[in-house]
Parts: sequence; structure tokens; C-alpha cells
Amino acid sequence: MAFRYLPMTEQDKADMLAKIGVETVDELFSDIPENVRYQGRLRLKEAKSEPALYKELSDLAAKNVNVKNFTSFLGAGVYDHYIPSIVDHVISRSEFYTAYTPYQPEISQGELQAIFEFQTMICELTGMDVANSSMYDGGTALAEAAMLATGQTKRRTILISEAIHPEYKEVVKTYAKGQKLQVEEVPLNNGVTDIESLKNQLTDDVACVLVQYPNFFGRIESLREIEPVVHGNHSLFIVSANPVALGILTPPGKFGADIVTGDAQPFGIPQSFGGPHCGFFAVSKKFMRKIPGRLVGQTTDENGNRGFVLTLQAREQHIRREKATSNICSNQALNALAASVTMTALGKKGIREMAIGNIQKANYAKNVFKQNGFEIVYDGPSFNEFVVKLDKPVEGLTSYLLQSGVIGGYDLGKVDPKYAGQMLVCVTEIRTKEEIDTFVEKVRAYHHG
Amino acid sequence: MVKDNFPLIFEISKPGRIGYSLPEIDVPETDIDRLLPEDYIRTEEPELPEVSELDIIRHYTALSKRNHGVDSGFYPLGSCTMKYNPKINEDVARLPGFAHIHPLQDESSVQGALELMYDLMEHLKEITGMDEVTLQPAAGAHGEWTGLMLIRAYHEANGDFHKTKVIIPDSAHGTNPASATVAGFETITVKSNEFGLVDIDDLKRVVGSDTAALMLTNPNTLGLFEENIVEMAEIVHAVGGKLYYDGANLNAIMGKARPGDMGFDVVHLNLHKTFTGPHGGGGPGSGPVGVKKELIPFLPKPVLVKKNNEFFFDYDRPQSIGRVKPFYGNFGINVRAYTYIRTMGPDGLRQVTENAVINANYMMRSLAPYYDLPYDRHCKHEFVISGRRQKKLGVRTLDIAKRLLDFGFHPPTIYFPLNVEESMMIEPTETESKETLDAFIETMIQIAKEAEENPEIVQEAPHTTVVGRLDETKAARKPILKYVRE
Repeated sequence: MAFRYLPMTEQDKADMLAKIGVETVDELFSDIPENVRYQGRLRLKEAKSEPALYKELSDLAAKNVNVKNFTSFLGAGVYDHYIPSIVDHVISRSEFYTAYTPYQPEISQGELQAIFEFQTMICELTGMDVANSSMYDGGTALAEAAMLATGQTKRRTILISEAIHPEYKEVVKTYAKGQKLQVEEVPLNNGVTDIESLKNQLTDDVACVLVQYPNFFGRIESLREIEPVVHGNHSLFIVSANPVALGILTPPGKFGADIVTGDAQPFGIPQSFGGPHCGFFAVSKKFMRKIPGRLVGQTTDENGNRGFVLTLQAREQHIRREKATSNICSNQALNALAASVTMTALGKKGIREMAIGNIQKANYAKNVFKQNGFEIVYDGPSFNEFVVKLDKPVEGLTSYLLQSGVIGGYDLGKVDPKYAGQMLVCVTEIRTKEEIDTFVEKVRAYHHG
Repeated sequence: MVKDNFPLIFEISKPGRIGYSLPEIDVPETDIDRLLPEDYIRTEEPELPEVSELDIIRHYTALSKRNHGVDSGFYPLGSCTMKYNPKINEDVARLPGFAHIHPLQDESSVQGALELMYDLMEHLKEITGMDEVTLQPAAGAHGEWTGLMLIRAYHEANGDFHKTKVIIPDSAHGTNPASATVAGFETITVKSNEFGLVDIDDLKRVVGSDTAALMLTNPNTLGLFEENIVEMAEIVHAVGGKLYYDGANLNAIMGKARPGDMGFDVVHLNLHKTFTGPHGGGGPGSGPVGVKKELIPFLPKPVLVKKNNEFFFDYDRPQSIGRVKPFYGNFGINVRAYTYIRTMGPDGLRQVTENAVINANYMMRSLAPYYDLPYDRHCKHEFVISGRRQKKLGVRTLDIAKRLLDFGFHPPTIYFPLNVEESMMIEPTETESKETLDAFIETMIQIAKEAEENPEIVQEAPHTTVVGRLDETKAARKPILKYVRE
């Protein structure tokens, strides 16, 4: 049987086996012991033609409700934002997506320069000195930041705000288990990290304090108040930030954060059922040689031409081996490219305009909910998310909304039963006034129905 | 002096230009200073570029032309399986029902996605001979760490807290020991013998009651099949240790042998390698992990299950190691891998392996007269040659790699594995034609001749690339890691 990805003809095969000096291909597998050689035929679905497979998988995809056909008010770490058309055209250039890690800089200047530009833009947004070429996602980036901090301070406890994304928290705890570290949560006060509790929890074993900005409930954490408390204890201050929000919010670097991580998904990366997204990792200069993952640096060739290379590789797993503090190799380069193209398209003006669009529309939605008699839990300054209190289970509302083409907010009761009846609503710049009004109307109808 | 022969996007920025089109704000607006506390309103604008849409497209198109991918030409980068990336994969992953679905949507609204994930898991179980699979890990290294965490959880659940050591061959990739360390283990190295395989006597010497696992790539990084695998499994299992399979080289054995049948207890796969990910310039990848029955309780949660023809996530997993990643893994890459597996079917995947192995052996035999072959036996999907003969002529493996650039080839992996001097690790993959292999072979022969007759041309290579050899020492000594406007 012939396959379109396999160019070897019967004649090629005969010529090549002759050159190798064997009669049959089986001889090349004779080093696999008889008793572990697989004799049967793998029980997999049969091969399908391109049109037949495309049809089957299109039908499968069509079984899913997608945010292009439905109006989504679901965020909670993954967001429905403007994706410029150019993004997919750029990342579809196969010189980018069919390449691998730029080990040979002379023929990888395109990728290397694109990453250098990405690093620059992340530094600009976060207000930090150095950013790496990307991490898997916001959750693992945050976990790696905590690992950096424990390695740096030689302390064993990680303090994590309760208002960090619940799945990020779980990832941090799994990573901590690997290194046999303690993780303690800092409780909230009106939806933001409680400073008094934090002060009481800061012992001389606390390596770092992790907060999210804006936090999981959409609130703006008081970085200005938290920073001196954390640094007063010689712990590291780590902020997981939404990069779109940084278009309008003071960057964490300005407040003295040591490490800023997050996910660049809001910049031109499809939601894709939760991955692949694009973690980012930025640090102040003193941690430059501790940062995990790949870094691109500028240099020159023998003729004085500017060029870019992977650099400071002594930090990395393939050199340090068992002495490594992180094992990351491949990151999310293609998605970092998508984020770069989006940040480039938005530019200095667009990033602010986009951030303001989020805050205005979310604020409008919040007000409409209030006008309709709903309680906003933790009312106060927020970005593009807020929590609405319902008297009925959110689950029923979710199904009700789906029937009318709306993906509702996130049921916080799934995070913790103490949040039952609370819905985390996300309103981004692409929602319209009409969509918001209709949404609130439907929630009201369900609620009073 | 630095020549700015190719601009950064920041250098073509001009105030007043824009490249975006955002929806209007059609709601009544409130002053920003009433919505946010004063301290938290950004005062300094981020220095992002101000460029038009065409500026952006020209910039990135030009950058793409300064990059080499599989679609540009041969890319025999050993251990990376740089095979062709099918285009239907890209189309399927971009279907709105896959690309534009939210991970926290109600399960009833994403049954198609869950079905695809479930069926991919079923296929991977069959290919590897394992009992269960998780799709959560984001990449190979992430899968390694996940697999080792599972092994640790297993031992600890049995009260075996003293099993703290992971044995790793000296030929292993650096990621293996790094993963072991990050998972809280101590690493012990086992030596290779004169045939390039794990030295069984040394394995017997280092194995003990404190052995948590042996981590192995099979075929190993030399492209050689560890033919004593059954005995090795017995040695490790006899002390209660687990056998870990690094799936980097799975392309060599599909339909020919299964890690599960060889005695492996945990397997990670690199879907971006074996199953046409693609590589993306360095990710995103996907690193699913397969396990044998007794390790299932420890898998990351949630676990995807099927009941009455419906799919849902089971969060009630008291022995789980926890989450290793937010949400459910790199779904978009998993869609591509699934599309590929379904395109090839059981016969196709077996053919993939056979052709990959024929291609590698053909190249190895064709190059053997000109370069040192440290281990003269059939290889699997890749092989290692040494440039030590050329080194005596003053031409190093690095020079040979750079000279290949002049002919439009991506060089092999160089200076790895560490146990071969001046090594070159060549993996042609099955998607390359005999003509392409012959062209590469001829070039390698020519370079070997140049090393003898005209070494300068090799030592000074590359001659045709957009930049020459770059000063890496300078880059590391005085790091410039971002653009700063002057």
C-alpha cells in the first residue's frame, strides 16, 4: 500500500537494501529479541483518505459548541479576544512552523529575531528587565517561578494567594511535591489577598509570595502594599499577570516584583480547549542567570553584522543535567510568535485601547447586573471579570444559556462548594452592548423563571 | 561597529501608524480614574512598535526567509524526528470546533473534543502496549517529569520511601537526569559497553533496593536497539524498580515492538516528533504519558472517562499526583497527532518505521567509508558517526555542520551523544526520498574531501548564509536580551 508521506518506491527499497547488504527489511530488526518482537497487526482504526478523514473530523468538531458561533462570557484564565487576521498567516509560514529550536543560528535568524522581539515586548509590558523565550503556559510558568525562588532563597515554603487561578494553584502544588516543598494559601479579604494574614504567615522559611494581577476573581491586587511586606521578609515577590490588563494597569515591575509570569494566550492564540497556549517568564536583572528555559541574545558575526543566538545555555538542562533546577526544553515558540505578531499589530496605542475596551465593557456589564438586582460579590475595581451571585445553581443556568447560543460564565461552585451560586463573568472588548444586554436579560429570565 | 543590516520591528516603528482594528466601545463609558485606583493606572506606555499591517507582513515574511524548516529542505537533526508535517493536520486543528472551544465549557458542549482525546488515548495505548494514557503533559520533558512523579507516588504509596534513585545511561540526553532531579530523585549513571549498549554488569552493580527506576531510550541515543532489554527489565523489577521509556525514538519501533511488551512500566511520547506535531520553531509540543495498570491511580487529574457513550472528566482521584498543567494538555497538538495516526492506520505506521530504518541504514552505510562509525551494526531510525578522522586534519564537527549550511541542508545534531567524540547524530526520517538522501550523502563525501584537500573552506564556513558564524562568547559575556531604544 502506498502512502503520500512515504516516497520510497519498491525499486528504491531494493536498491537501498542492497547497499545496506541485507536481503529483507526484517533483518534490520533482528536485534529486537524474538520474545518482544510485535508479531501482530496493531489494532488501530484503518487508514482513511484525505477527504474521508477531513469529513469525519469536521463532523466531530461540529459536535462542539465553539465561541465563534456562540457568544461567550467565559474567561477564568482563557479568553475570547480579537485575533488579527494576519496572525494565522504569519504562523502558517512553514519556515517558522516546520523548523525546530534554532540550534544553527546562521539559518535560524528569522526565529531567533522573532523571539528576541518577543522577549523585548514582554519586558515592556511587565516592566521587567529580562524575559525568556516562553514557557508551556501560565500555570507551569508560575510553578517554575516558585521553584526558582526556593532554589535561590534556600527556603522551603511557598505562600500562594487564594485568588490565584485554581488550576495554577494545583500545578504549583504538584511541582512543589516534586521538590518536597510546602505550599500554604493566603486567605482573602473582600476578594483580594489579605495583607494581615499574609504578614502572619511570613516566616523565615517563606521563599516567595505568589499573587495574581488581576486576580482570579477579576480584582486588582494591591501590589504596592504587598511588595514591602514580602521583601521585608527577604522573600521573592512573584506576580502572575494577565498581559492584556498590563495595557492599562501599572506593570508589576514598577511595584518591585522579582518575577512576573503569565499566559500570552490573550494575544492572538486560539483557546484550543486549553492548549497550546504560551507562558511567559520575566525577571529582574539579578535573576537573569537563574531564569529557566531558552533565551535569545544579540551578538555579531565575524563581519560585524548583527545576529541572534541562543545564549546563557549554562543554565539549561542539557548542560547542567542532574544539577538542573528546571528540565524545560521545547517551549511554545510558535505561539510566542503569534503573541508577538499580535502585540506588534496592537502596538503602543492598540494595547491600551484594547485594555480600556475590556474594562469599560466589563464595567458596563457589572452595572447592568446591578441594575437588574444582582449582587456583585467583591464589588470594587476590576478588569474584565467579576463575580455575580445567583440564588439558583449556576449549572442550570449554563444549560439554559447554551440553548440560546450563549456560553455563560464559570461556575465557581466547581472550584469550592463555598462559592456555590457564584458565577465568574468575563466581558472582553469583542462583546457588544447588545450581547451584554441580552446576556443579562437571559440570566434574569432564568433567575426569576 | 554593529551593522544594522536587517531591522528589528522596533526600528521601523513610526508614531501615528497602526496595525489593528479593534471593535468600538459601544457601551456608556466611565472615566478610567473612577474605575481604577490612581496608583494602578499605567503612566508609561510600553514601547511596542507602531507599524501598518503591511509593515508587519513584510517584516515577518522577511524573517521567515531567514529561517530553515522541513518545508525548506532536508533537516536530519538526530533525536528530533524532523519528518514532514502534513497539511491536513493544520486544517483540522484550525476547525472552529477544535480551535475555538473553551476548556471550561460544559462537558455536554465539547463531546466531540473529548471523543477525539479519548480515541487518541486508545490509539496510543495500543501503539505502546500500555494500559492507560494521560494527555496532560505539554512536551517531552514535561512528560518525563510527570512519569517520574508517578513512579515516586507509586513507591511512596507502597511505603517504599527509600526508593530515591533513578538510574540513567551515560548516553542519555541531559533532560533525563534533569527531570529526575526536578521530580525529587537522585541520579545514578550506568555505563555503556563497547557495543554502545547499557553495560549489564554495571547495571547489576548500581541497581539496589533504593532503585526507583531505570530510565531508558530504546533504541538508545546512538540509534541502537538495547537487545538485552528483557534481562534489564528483570534486573530492575527484581529490586522493585520501575522501567521508564523515553519515547524520543519511538519512530524506530512502531508496529515492530512495544515498550509495554518489553517490560516498560511508564512511557512518554513526543507527539511533535513521532506523530508530526509540528515542531513550531521550538514548540508547542505534546508529551503524553502511558502507564501500566498499577500506576493508573496516580495519573494526573482529571482523567478522561467514557460512560454510556458519553465522555467526562473524573476529578475524584484521591491518589493522583495532581495536575501537571492547567486544563487538559496541548489539545491543538493532540488533534494534529490524531489526524496523522488516522491518516496512516496500522499498516502505515509500521511502514513509517520500516522506511525510517531503511533510510538511516542506507545513509550510515553510504557514509561509513568517509567518516568513523563508532558502532558498526544495524542502526534503527538514526545513527551516530564521528568526525575524529577529520579533526586530525583540523576540521571539527562544528565546521562540517556549518559547511552543510552552504548546501542548503540543516546539519545533524552535533556533539551529542557525549560518549562519542566529535559526534554527528543523523536522523533522516521516512518522509525523505532516496534522491534527497543521495544529495546529502554526496555533500558529506565532498566535505570529507575538502577536509583533506582544502580545509579552510570548511573551517570558514558558512559562506552563503545571511550572517556568518556568530560570536556566542560575546553573547553570553555581555548579554543583550532585549532591544533598548537609543
